[in-house]
Amino acid sequence: MADRGARLLVADDNKVNRLLLARNLELQGHQVALAENGRVALEKLRQETFDLVLLDMEMPEMTGFEVLEHLQADPALRDLPVVVTSSLEGEAHVVRCLQLGAEDVLKKPVNPVILRARIGGSLEKKRLRDQQKALISRFTASEVAQDLQAGGFSIHGRRLEVTVLFVDIRGFTTLAEQQAPEETIELLNAYYTLMFEAITAQGGLVNQIVGDGLMALFGAPRPLDEAPLCAVRCAHDMLDMIELLNAERAPSGSPPLQIGVGVATGDVVAGYTGTQHRAVYTCIGDTVNVASRLEAYTKVAGRRVLVDRATAAALNGAVDVEPLGAVMLKGKQREVEIFAPTHPG
Amino acid sequence: MDQPLIDDQTFQDLQNTAGADFVDELVETFAEEAPALVAELRSSLSEGAAEDFRRAAHSLKSNGHTFGALRLAEQARVLELGGFPVDVAAVDAIAAELELAIAALRELARG
Repeated sequence: MADRGARLLVADDNKVNRLLLARNLELQGHQVALAENGRVALEKLRQETFDLVLLDMEMPEMTGFEVLEHLQADPALRDLPVVVTSSLEGEAHVVRCLQLGAEDVLKKPVNPVILRARIGGSLEKKRLRDQQKALISRFTASEVAQDLQAGGFSIHGRRLEVTVLFVDIRGFTTLAEQQAPEETIELLNAYYTLMFEAITAQGGLVNQIVGDGLMALFGAPRPLDEAPLCAVRCAHDMLDMIELLNAERAPSGSPPLQIGVGVATGDVVAGYTGTQHRAVYTCIGDTVNVASRLEAYTKVAGRRVLVDRATAAALNGAVDVEPLGAVMLKGKQREVEIFAPTHPG
Repeated sequence: MDQPLIDDQTFQDLQNTAGADFVDELVETFAEEAPALVAELRSSLSEGAAEDFRRAAHSLKSNGHTFGALRLAEQARVLELGGFPVDVAAVDAIAAELELAIAALRELARG
């Protein structure tokens, strides 16, 4: 049952109230922790995991109202259900609690039967919310899930500068032909794990997986300091990781894996596209096309990483780049200047 | 005053839902904690700290309702909502009422 064995926090400065509420909740099968004022309650909520808080309003050091404000402002605690227990009189207090995100307001002394019903309802709602969140996270990256929860559903894009990175396995088809399908899947799993690791470690976001190719964003949906540099470092980390993977695979006679990476920086329109029922966060703009074409062009240029002029310029010498001149990229009307960053390793 | 010192039904309900032994302990906790609230009423009154005064009165009212000490709760409520100035006699009266209430609650709890 959803209302059995939940972990609850009771915050009340009055010891009699605190003990009585805890007693009633324990009799209903819950685990209860206690806090004697708002400040202590907030500390406990940030240190431990709770399913629900019972919050008194009139408390010294930090009132229940202030606790509600802090919870609202904290993405990690915003969805925690709060049931206010109060002896405050007048509707204004009740309205204020609800406006500050309280799930329910119960008047003290709290009737145990009503308490059980309200807590059961709140916990059930929380369970459904948690399920929804898990679903969202499964289909999108966590940054996007947070963005969706913070801003609600939005189909509108906004214009912002990002660095886009594409990575792909070279000669994947040939590789797949040379080995058993199980081996290919195992290899792909290892490859994805390493690439995801490289991208998130540098503050990037895996945005799309297409076959053996990955698209990552640096600087969206959340801003990132020195996004171009992070993306180039990510590219180099990817090369290092693939080299380690190849070294591991070599003794069993497996062919080495090779990747190509393209990085471009510029304005894109980013946002959720799709319908109300199924939306993906994506970036649309020339920068995305350039990054993808640069990745493809690594085969022609015989380089493992290629970047565009905007990325190269933004590195400010933190990574050396070798200019390779202007080339016609597939599908482009004009020539694009390309650069090969020097791998520091 | 029309209200009884302790509303027996409220107290019985409390014993039925929380358990008589627990309520006995809870009365003792109240007997330990409540005098501090009266002391807080006195000190905040002499310091002119209206907010502290209101909060202490609020706390006493809340406990009064919990145990069915309705007269105590009503006196505390008047202090909570009344605002300053407050006649010190009102605090003396609530101190006396608290003593009566605690004695009666102990009696009931062990009855």
